[in-house]
Amino acid sequence: MAIDSGSTTVPGAQHRKRSWFYKNRIRLAPWLFLAPGLIFFFIYVIAPIFESIWISFYAWDGLGEKEWIGIGNYVELMDDERFYTSLINNAWWLVLYMLAVPAGLAIALFLNQTVTGIRLYKSLFFFPFVISQVVVGLIFTWFYNPDFGIVGIVWRFFGASPPAILADEDLVTFGIIFAGLWPQIAYCMILYLTGLNNVSPDQVEAGRLDNARGWKMLWYVILPQLKPATFIAVVVTVIGALRSFDLIAIMTGGGPYGSSNVLAYYMFETALSEYGFRYGYGSAIATVLFLIMLVYISFFLWRMYQDERG
Amino acid sequence: MFPKPIENSAAGVRIGYQIILPIALFLWLLPLLAIFLTSIRPAADINAGNIFGMPSDFLLIENYLAVFQQSKAGVYLWNSVRITVPTVILAVSLSCLTGYALSVYRFKWAVPLFFVFVAGNFVPFQILMVPVRDLSVNTGLYDTVKGLVLFHSAFQLGFCTLFMRNFIKALPFELIESARIDGVSEFKIFWYLVLPLVKPAIAALSVLIFTFIWNDFFWATVLIQGDHALPITAGVRALNGQFVSQWQLVSAASLLAAIPPVLMFFAMQKHFIAGLTLGATKG
Repeated sequence: MAIDSGSTTVPGAQHRKRSWFYKNRIRLAPWLFLAPGLIFFFIYVIAPIFESIWISFYAWDGLGEKEWIGIGNYVELMDDERFYTSLINNAWWLVLYMLAVPAGLAIALFLNQTVTGIRLYKSLFFFPFVISQVVVGLIFTWFYNPDFGIVGIVWRFFGASPPAILADEDLVTFGIIFAGLWPQIAYCMILYLTGLNNVSPDQVEAGRLDNARGWKMLWYVILPQLKPATFIAVVVTVIGALRSFDLIAIMTGGGPYGSSNVLAYYMFETALSEYGFRYGYGSAIATVLFLIMLVYISFFLWRMYQDERG
Repeated sequence: MFPKPIENSAAGVRIGYQIILPIALFLWLLPLLAIFLTSIRPAADINAGNIFGMPSDFLLIENYLAVFQQSKAGVYLWNSVRITVPTVILAVSLSCLTGYALSVYRFKWAVPLFFVFVAGNFVPFQILMVPVRDLSVNTGLYDTVKGLVLFHSAFQLGFCTLFMRNFIKALPFELIESARIDGVSEFKIFWYLVLPLVKPAIAALSVLIFTFIWNDFFWATVLIQGDHALPITAGVRALNGQFVSQWQLVSAASLLAAIPPVLMFFAMQKHFIAGLTLGATKG
């Protein structure tokens, strides 16, 4: 982009006056375009990240003076039963949420046809993603109700006494993850439907000539072409799993006895607790969550960087 | 096309597919169907244990009206509009500027700054929570619609910039180059040449951000306290406490909260999906 922006292009007296700006317009312009957004983003997103890490070294109730306690909050975390419960639950979220990727692919394959009305079917299958997680949480809370939820009806139909899923320490997290999978599968499905749309018909034909069918075709011909869709699906699912907050807040509030807590909710609960704010300790939890996320963010950025160069 | 087009299959398979399709959809949307049926039931049905059967009476208007009469659902919905619409406008217009700057100019900072926006888009909300709340309290923006709008717009800039930058990058660069040679100023190039070309991206981003913000619950909980600024998502939770065991009203309120993004999705489906699946098709 070697543009000689000398004032020779458009001669005139008024240009001579602002010639420094004129000469440097290509260099200045991006900063002028960037300034409002960048400043805004810096104040509300970038700076708070570092502030949070900084606050995590203090004891602070949000009102009084901050008191420097070094790694005190982190030391406390090491002995915090609830922190470990949250961490383990986060691991379950990460693992089980991944089921959304193959499930989304399966539904996409099922719907990738051209029969009449299929477009409407596709949009209706996508429906759950558009709805707020608050609503999803309420629906499933009600489903899980042993007295009048669908779980109660199904269990009683088989003559068993229904479990109170959301009140059971061993089941509660899985119940919430199951609710979360519903919209997440819809999201992955739409990614794969778009991906399938762009699968090259020539390669599919070539595969058919080579006698590739069914699973073999899927594995060796289709899936490699769906790689970008898979990548995005995995990224959004990981982010979704680590961000899980709404469902837990609506369905259990982290209970019973903190057994369905995840880091995102535990942090919120600690920092804005009814028993007094613990900004410092909350920030320490947030920092741990941030570091976990950073692994994925770095991976994503590294992939993007390869793309940018390539 | 994969899987094999069903119309080339035997008649049995074809008919089987046509039968399974609606059944699968029915099961998939069963939760929504159930909540809809509940929302038009009389309270007596629920007390009598008629939860999943046909309602004994259809109280579509009565129940939904009751939600508005007995709660502040109307205020909450209006708050959601007051939060969502300005956020969409602010975030999308600012990202047109940032996306343009990061795609058209090749300066040293273009890629690093782009990555800052992308990374910021992925951070967990909790790492921002304490400082953002503190900042809002100190600037008098806590518990105001304005405060929530400002934060949402700033945060959404990450995603919007990623989107816009990639979209503008895919435009033919020769257009801009030849305009420069003709002596068109940088701002005019942006305004008269690039902006009309990114209209589809603006549409896609707008519907996406609308849905994201409308459905936000976390920030509404952190930054808003009073009913005067509470959006419908957080409002529905409040209603849930208020309408204890009046499931027909809770269901109706939940569906009310879900309607605007659903309408948005159906009205702008093409743009919505194009936005959501950006990057899902190219290597």
